[in-house]
Amino acid sequence: MYLHELPTYHARGNDDECQRVIIGNRCVHLLTADIHDGDPFTKYDGLEVRVTERSGLSPMSGLYWLPEVADWRRRLRALGESGADPWDEAVALANSRLDFVKTNALDRAVARIFSGKPPENLATKPIRLALLGSGTMAHLHPAIRVAGLRRGLWISTYENDYGQYWQELNDPSSELNAFAPTTILLALDAHHLAAGVGAHLNQAEVDRLFADLTERIGTCWHLARENFRCPVVHQTALPVHVALLGNNEHRLPGSRRTFVERANRELRVMADAEGVDILALDAHAAHDGLCAWHDSVLWHNGKQETSPAAAPVYGDLVGRVLAAKQGRSAKCLVLDLDNTVWGGVVGDDGLAALVLGQGSAAGEAFVAFQEYARDLSRRGVILAVCSKNDEANAIEPFEQHPEMVLRRPDIASFVANWNDKPANLRAIAEELNIGIDSLVFVDDNPFERNLVREELPMVAVPEVSEDPATYAQTLADAGYFEGVSITDEDRARTGQYQSNREREQLKASATDLDSYLRGLEMRLIWRRFDTVGLQRTVQLINKTNQFNLTTRRYSEDDVLALIDDPRAFGLQLRLTDRFGDNGIIGIVIGKMAGDHELLIDTWLMSCRVLGRQVEPTTLNLVADAGKRLGARCLVGEYLPTKKNGMVRDHYAKLGFTVTEVRPDSGSRSILDLATFVPAGTFIEVREG
Amino acid sequence: MPEAEIYAALEDIFRDVFMRDDIKLSPAMTAKDLEGWDSFKQIEIIISVESQYHIKFNTRELDSLQSVGDLVRVIASKV
Repeated sequence: MYLHELPTYHARGNDDECQRVIIGNRCVHLLTADIHDGDPFTKYDGLEVRVTERSGLSPMSGLYWLPEVADWRRRLRALGESGADPWDEAVALANSRLDFVKTNALDRAVARIFSGKPPENLATKPIRLALLGSGTMAHLHPAIRVAGLRRGLWISTYENDYGQYWQELNDPSSELNAFAPTTILLALDAHHLAAGVGAHLNQAEVDRLFADLTERIGTCWHLARENFRCPVVHQTALPVHVALLGNNEHRLPGSRRTFVERANRELRVMADAEGVDILALDAHAAHDGLCAWHDSVLWHNGKQETSPAAAPVYGDLVGRVLAAKQGRSAKCLVLDLDNTVWGGVVGDDGLAALVLGQGSAAGEAFVAFQEYARDLSRRGVILAVCSKNDEANAIEPFEQHPEMVLRRPDIASFVANWNDKPANLRAIAEELNIGIDSLVFVDDNPFERNLVREELPMVAVPEVSEDPATYAQTLADAGYFEGVSITDEDRARTGQYQSNREREQLKASATDLDSYLRGLEMRLIWRRFDTVGLQRTVQLINKTNQFNLTTRRYSEDDVLALIDDPRAFGLQLRLTDRFGDNGIIGIVIGKMAGDHELLIDTWLMSCRVLGRQVEPTTLNLVADAGKRLGARCLVGEYLPTKKNGMVRDHYAKLGFTVTEVRPDSGSRSILDLATFVPAGTFIEVREG
Repeated sequence: MPEAEIYAALEDIFRDVFMRDDIKLSPAMTAKDLEGWDSFKQIEIIISVESQYHIKFNTRELDSLQSVGDLVRVIASKV
């Protein structure tokens, strides 16, 4: 019988040479004498175990998808002293294969250089994360902060006094209150959850304990929400308890193992109902093996339920959830073709000789990877192709090969030529109108990977193995596309990019701009901010860099507060045309400042609708909304960043009078509503 | 493996953990002799040693570590 095949490393014991192997959630030691030379199969407990060394899948290898950075130690020691921007350099160092010690060293260096405060002009909203828990978590803070750094986020962390999470949530004068968290992570460990549960209890007694537990946790979530108005993330517990009954453990009422499993399951349902996000440690332990996450020797030594060796991965999980909540997950998967999407080189070998589909294990592995990519696109990840090939050769399999899962319409941007890949990745980001930092590039060729990392450090380039069977798992383990919800926008995304191509064709055939715009039959559909569109609103507020006048970042709860504010409004704008729905493409927030002035606090738009008269049409809506609040004039601000130069003259172009220009080129403009004449456009406006 | 070799490798580990290049180890050295050698650093040292030598300390061995010399003896018994 075939069991599992994840050896971690060779270990030599005191007497016999043995090999440490993970089977399911357990570590076992196989005597090397039992492993026949050249034979990958051996016996353990009468079961056949396959013993292989597989790069890229070893659960003990931590952040294996990140590349080793040459000279890491020298660069760390030079951090803040070399000429390079210390923040950019620290971000680069964080994007390498860090273990526990390197993670802590980088964290200390960053704390020293920035004196514990976020650098000025940081493009992202700093996060203040409170870890509330029952065990020792001090060893996890550096990894969380470094995982933030990896994503360009500044995270400060706080941990309650040992075991005092309940008291601190309830005490208005606690240090937790002084810390003022922007996110709370409730990280109750399995020993704490199962306190009081034991094999001597009957089902009714266990059920009572279970009801108490879920009620207490629900109360924690409510207290966190009410007292801090911030989002809550709940960490599921690791299955650390040793089984008493075995395979049918679930039949023992007082099993701690079953109790914790039940809590993990039930709390997911409760969390969905309450809008709480999950940090799924149990799922990761199921995948990596409990040994990768929990070290019983160190548990008895220091009461660290999550092993220090797992800290880098733990921190990365927290970092990716926090980034996803800010709408900062990657958006687009860019695929190389030859030996990445199929086996062989289509230009040399020809269509018929490609390794793809049934007939070989490798051919099936490529199909499985394509299926994973297609499923990603169905949940909102954009797909693109970046290949060194003649375009006709590269497209042929997408149109002709019967085993291809991906088809030409699945690919939003298809770039096949002989230019270098960094230039082509830039072209893809430009064509799709997304930030280049939202690309993930998969290529089997280490030379191309390194070239892209060198030229475009903001592009994520996973260190994939040579085996296509591992590609999908590597992408999943790296968590680039972490999502906390699925919006209708996400599901429709690939179709939107196809429509863009059709629009381009209409533009080429139209004789002048007016007839093109008229021919688009555009509708701008506006709504006040509401809870239905909340996720997308927050995503846009935190992700939009270019067409963004003020780059103010707001959390879900900030937006909820705005909905209730009678002296402010938030508009979400959707644009449709004869080719389809562009989705929510604009956000405007207006706030009364004084009795008669409406300050345009935020105005941001998706770049893909530029040049289509959306700006003047939006201004008409803002003017109406302002008048309804009693405003006599609109005030527009421009706050410059590295990325928003394109909107420097936005308000002047719309007929505002510029009243102030600061040395940093920031400005303030004013529009008198008494004399304002709404512009006529080819866009029909409606509420909906 | 000769103990001298282990001392040399341990010095590299200690230099990384403490981010100092001037650390010299001796058998009698204890946590009191090195600034910043707290329980957190101790875990970093243990984990670095475990991953470098592909070994695992057991509970009794962890409890027995009082000095650098103890650490070297435990490593030597396992590699």
